Amino acid sequence: MAVEAPKFDPIEQFQVHNLFPIGKIGHVDLAFTNSALLMLIAVFGLTFFLVGATAGGRLVPTRLQSAAELMYEFVATTIRGTAGTEGMRFFPFVFTIFMFVLTLNFLGLIPYSFTVTSHIIVTAALALTVFLTVFIYGLIRHGLHFFNLFVPKGVPIYILPLIVAIEILSFISRPISHSVRLFANMLAGHITLQVFAGFIILLGTGLGALGWIGGVLPFLMIVILMALETLVAFLQAYVFAILTCIYLNDAIHPGH
Amino acid sequence: MSDDARGQGDRKEPPDDEAALSARLQRLGERLATTSRPSENGSGPRQTADASAFARGFRLSTELVAGVLVGAGIGWLLDRWLGISPWGLIVFLLLGFAAGVLNVMRAAGVVRERNLND
Repeated sequence: MAVEAPKFDPIEQFQVHNLFPIGKIGHVDLAFTNSALLMLIAVFGLTFFLVGATAGGRLVPTRLQSAAELMYEFVATTIRGTAGTEGMRFFPFVFTIFMFVLTLNFLGLIPYSFTVTSHIIVTAALALTVFLTVFIYGLIRHGLHFFNLFVPKGVPIYILPLIVAIEILSFISRPISHSVRLFANMLAGHITLQVFAGFIILLGTGLGALGWIGGVLPFLMIVILMALETLVAFLQAYVFAILTCIYLNDAIHPGH
Repeated sequence: MSDDARGQGDRKEPPDDEAALSARLQRLGERLATTSRPSENGSGPRQTADASAFARGFRLSTELVAGVLVGAGIGWLLDRWLGISPWGLIVFLLLGFAAGVLNVMRAAGVVRERNLND
């Protein structure tokens, strides 16, 4: 963002850049992007952190091990609370999703970084993974009984087709609301931050010294918003994980 | 003793009977603790996923929009595939709206999920 041209673009931060090309499949240019870089950083960082923290396996945990155990306990309590003890068989899945989203959200808060979860393609892929997991696991485990999910008990027969259609639509709409929620929260938050940061530049270049002093106000706002965004980053990862649990619960116990 | 204290404490006895009152409070606390404790067995209870008002509001709005979008999408596709325009869009938009409202009510905890009758 050049200072002499105070035209700023709050969307620019979401641009996916090609860092280096990989190859070409058909008409698709494959390249290693900044998005992929951030995801790799998240995956490797998480792996090193968790493996390193639990490698000792001490009875009295070190600080790192304690942090890792806290996360385990947190996700495990969430799963037990929403999907019951049987949901624990999906613990690796939910834990991976939660930690991945959480790390990406937090990495995105670092200035000049890139927020992978602000792209709907990423969140949609995650949500569809959850959706297909629920669907396929439910079918394998319960067979056709899984479709009892769409047939609520005790509904009069003459409105049953209507109810079933609504239930099916409601089921299909899940990955949409699941992915849009995370994506829109991250997108909106980061745009807000960028807009307030743009105010400072505008004031400073437009009004000179007075503008820079006046810029303290939007800067204060950024500080507050940053705190809010930190909360949102955690909260949205948590919401994503808990909704995953709720949906998995349907695969484990359909039609009750 | 407990039943006596409760039966009389509710109606007849003056409320300044501190000991009986605290005993009743304690019993109430115990009962609340047993009923609101999440059960550890298979069919776990559902908790709403919301921790702040903003997240809650946002969740509810996306639920509604998602339902409508899915209905519109399916209706549009059916129209294209079966050539029944505009009926697919009309019917499925309405159904999608109903599904969206159902989503919202579930998310808000007004309707218990998948449990309309029992």
